[in-house]
Amino acid sequence: MRTPTVKEILRSISAGETRARDWVEHSLRAIREVDGRLKAFLLVDEEQALAAADRIDRAKMYQNAPLRGVPYAAKDNIVTRGVRTTAASRILENYIPPYNATVIDKLQQAAAVMVGKTNMDEFAMGSSTETSAFQKTANPYGEDRVPGGSSGGSAAAVAAGLVPFALGSDTGGSIRQPAAFTGCFGMKPTYGRVSRYGLIAFASSLDQIGPFTRTAEDAALVLNAICGHDPLDSTSSRQPVPNFADGIDRGVKGVRVGIVRHLPEEGLEPGVKAAVHRAIQQLEAEGAEIVEIELPHMEYAVATYYLIAPAEASSNLARYDGVRYGRRAEASSLLEMYERSRSEGFGMEVKRRIIIGTYALSSGYYDAYYKRAQQMRTLIRQDYERAFEACDVIVMPTAPTTAFKLGEKLDNPLQMYLNDIYTIPANLAGLPGASVPCGFADGLPVGLQLIGRPFDEATILRVAHAYEQVRDFAWPKPVLGVAE
Amino acid sequence: MKITDETVSHVAKLARLWLHPQELSQLVPQLNDILEYAAKLQSVSLDGVEPTSHPFHEVNVVRSDVPRESLSREEALRNAPDQDQGMVRVPAVLEGGGGA
Repeated sequence: MRTPTVKEILRSISAGETRARDWVEHSLRAIREVDGRLKAFLLVDEEQALAAADRIDRAKMYQNAPLRGVPYAAKDNIVTRGVRTTAASRILENYIPPYNATVIDKLQQAAAVMVGKTNMDEFAMGSSTETSAFQKTANPYGEDRVPGGSSGGSAAAVAAGLVPFALGSDTGGSIRQPAAFTGCFGMKPTYGRVSRYGLIAFASSLDQIGPFTRTAEDAALVLNAICGHDPLDSTSSRQPVPNFADGIDRGVKGVRVGIVRHLPEEGLEPGVKAAVHRAIQQLEAEGAEIVEIELPHMEYAVATYYLIAPAEASSNLARYDGVRYGRRAEASSLLEMYERSRSEGFGMEVKRRIIIGTYALSSGYYDAYYKRAQQMRTLIRQDYERAFEACDVIVMPTAPTTAFKLGEKLDNPLQMYLNDIYTIPANLAGLPGASVPCGFADGLPVGLQLIGRPFDEATILRVAHAYEQVRDFAWPKPVLGVAE
Repeated sequence: MKITDETVSHVAKLARLWLHPQELSQLVPQLNDILEYAAKLQSVSLDGVEPTSHPFHEVNVVRSDVPRESLSREEALRNAPDQDQGMVRVPAVLEGGGGA
């Protein structure tokens, strides 16, 4: 059976051909079959998922629910009541949240069924999912390749056909880059579009939850369920939420697609460049107007991000002190308990970022590092404001490379950080961004990134959908997974 | 400007992290690489540019102070590593070299 989309599952259930239970069983079977090698999941709760599916199949109240019976997976930094949530960190190894994140409640109301929690870089800090304290996730298109990160488990689960959609979080590219590396559609909505209540905080001014799916249209269906203002997150936006599926098939005639003049191309692989170039030509052939734009401060984005994000992280992660929840080390004094609990509980990448952040915020260095980064953030934001006067959506590669080998960049943090060059600016500017599969290079997926105006996810989805209808590259079957 | 073992140890202490000597010797060159890269920002003129701390213009959000249901004490304590009589218990604050 060809791997179904969210849309197809919904159609089949509402036509009475299948039930929620069939799809949840299908998902659980695929996980049992594949995940021993893929290692996308940190936790699978078969019993709860089947019980939820049965409830949905029985109760009339779910009949018109927008995601009725659709199985999904959630990144393990999204808290789930009664279901262990670790952020892939030893410090939260046994944490059982007493509450749900708002997105989990919303998906429950939409009658989607969570089957499990996915692997990630510890506290979402990483670009390969290798900093997880528990396991390394493989790329479905190459067992020796990373799935990208930090939401690598969610990306791999969707790409391998284990679930039709999954939630991730994106602070500097953590949805878009793994989507590109594994050949799925991934979207980071505008900052504030989706409530962050219950998302374990990494960098609060950058974090945003979003979906992994097989198509742009499926992403629209998930966004319809999870977007909107939440009184429990004061940074969530009151902007009206459109129906993202409406008008998604209007095509790209007259849409102004911006390409970046002087895009930083250091480390950009020729196969990636060629696939992206071809996708742009196809958009043009469909009637999009290609315009050149400038993003003059893009070359400073990585430096800016790797000061701001660790600064915010060092403050957010101060809460892990071994007192109220999480790991506590044996110690004879309170101070020793703090230091030991944190040192045993956090992995190297998390420690590295806490130290960079604390340093950048400490007296004597604040002006030289943190403040300058915040000023550069202003210039980067203004670059985009100016660019969007001339175009409606900006396209570029999602990542400079295809999926690299497991272990390849783990000992060189700066090299790992540079892989985020194209995804970071959208977070700094708060803009929506997506990655849509646009080809393969040496057997590995390539992603085309689309960046839109604040709260204009609709244009991104419309352009991505139009592109999906005309893309014509050969799509190999993943070596790990049940996807076809 | 190179950062030294002493600086990193000091910053680790501020962050309440204890570093193994091996971790320290691994971290110092990596942090120097990263900060050297971040020094890109020193070469740009940023005089008079307003810093951005949040992507969009935001004002403080307040709600009316109405009591509502919250977690029960039992639920709130369920994840506590150690507890006593309905409260979280911690090691002594002032004994054994604490506060140094």
